[in-house]
Amino acid sequence: MDGSDRRPVVVVDDVHVEYKVYASGKAVNPNAKGLRRATRGIRSVHALKGVSFVAYANESIGVIGSNGSGKSTLMRALVGLTPPSAGAVYATSRPNLLGVGAALLPDLSGERNIVLGGLALGFQKSEITALRDQIVEFAELAEFIDLPMRTYSSGMQARLKFAIAASQQHDILIVDEALAVGDKRFQARSEGRIRQIRDNAGTVFLVSHSMASIRDTCDRVLWLNKGELVMDGPTEDVVAAYLASR
Amino acid sequence: MNLTELAEQNGLHRVGARPGLWSYLKQTWARRDFITTMAAYRMSVQNQQSRLGGVWLVLKPTLNALIYGLIFGVLQGSSLGPGYAAFVVIGVFLFEFFSSCFVQGAKAITGNRPLVQSLAFPRISLPLAVVVEQFYSLMLSMVVMFAILIMMGHFPNWKWLLMIPLVVLYTLFNTGVAMFTARLTVHFRDLTQILPFVSRLMFYTSGALFDVTRIFATYPWLVQLYDWHPVYQTLVIARSLLMSDAAYNPLFWVYLSAWAVFALVVGFAFFWVAEERYGRE
Repeated sequence: MDGSDRRPVVVVDDVHVEYKVYASGKAVNPNAKGLRRATRGIRSVHALKGVSFVAYANESIGVIGSNGSGKSTLMRALVGLTPPSAGAVYATSRPNLLGVGAALLPDLSGERNIVLGGLALGFQKSEITALRDQIVEFAELAEFIDLPMRTYSSGMQARLKFAIAASQQHDILIVDEALAVGDKRFQARSEGRIRQIRDNAGTVFLVSHSMASIRDTCDRVLWLNKGELVMDGPTEDVVAAYLASR
Repeated sequence: MNLTELAEQNGLHRVGARPGLWSYLKQTWARRDFITTMAAYRMSVQNQQSRLGGVWLVLKPTLNALIYGLIFGVLQGSSLGPGYAAFVVIGVFLFEFFSSCFVQGAKAITGNRPLVQSLAFPRISLPLAVVVEQFYSLMLSMVVMFAILIMMGHFPNWKWLLMIPLVVLYTLFNTGVAMFTARLTVHFRDLTQILPFVSRLMFYTSGALFDVTRIFATYPWLVQLYDWHPVYQTLVIARSLLMSDAAYNPLFWVYLSAWAVFALVVGFAFFWVAEERYGRE
């Protein structure tokens, strides 16, 4: 890392995340034998095993890795939604996360989700009235905005969540698979919106399985595998190594 | 130079660190619209799928009162005295506020996991939203309660105005309770199942249905212990104010105020200290 005169925006210092999960029913422990194979109760999942890196202003960083490699956990740790069990994350301001898991209240209408989401993000009521039309228009859900969010298709849900989250101006922006959920048309529009936000924001993280969008948007890539940082470097090198490993 | 020093030199803050007390209170105050809107939306969504919709908000306490009034006022009326129906109605309606803050507050964080995990906001907004929601329904039940009291011949007088400070103290107490149970269930998920039983146990032992001084007349020390019971104190004061019943110990106001402040401070501190943990599990 050549931290000469560049301004660090996010510092991730040896972050570990360990989840405790209530295993329902039988969890198979491959090391145990006989009756002990079926264990019940709390299992812990070591999702991140000591990840460190520094992100600088005006960088766009792709995050790649197979399913379960800890990408989303790392992103949630960056936002502070998943506190590290060891190590620490430092940032200039609280990063914002455009994720696919932003479901608010499934029983409430899309419109009410916009209002509550906006209020939770810290908007004033008057600002939300102004933003509402913009959000509805971007999500292209004008017809369904009065229906409960649980009746939406997953694509529609993702569109609405993305539109709510993207209504805010971001300093540090994290896009966790948010591009992959919509149809082609929405993907193009949301990519445009992200570029628009990125132009004003310092740093962008993009989690994606699409090497095309990683190559299009990122100049640096982090490759995670089983909770460990395998490689951190220029996009072409890391993507090539990642693809060769599969 | 290690990473911690690099972060410090560039003025970076630790993400997810519990904000200072003052900044936390300020952030929460900035979310006041979120709290009240969440409460209102949750209330309206409760009955969205039923045909009578919002009418249930008034119908439910009325039916409750009818059942208790029927069982305790009419069927056992002769043995329990004429004022018993009103006694029960006040007890049941006011106790409901405590028990729903106690039980629903416990679900404030655990029941809103997606919301907590996706958006950054002071988590205390969630138990507060529960209390506001229960406060709204208390206001509706109190309208029904006043109507029933008037029908039973307890007419409004100036003493009814003292219900306002009483409800304020009771609300502060219940806010503390909700913040407390909201964190407890984060650590011990099983409490979500247990708390409703605790609440029901308290329903039968807090003087909501039975006159404690009469039931425990043979155990004077137990009755004395009840003088320190905040929910019981609230019910005793309310009955005295609304039914022009027997006088109560004016010190109950002092005890209740102390309880309210104590619950609020302890509940808030207990919740705030764990701010970093919410959403993790």
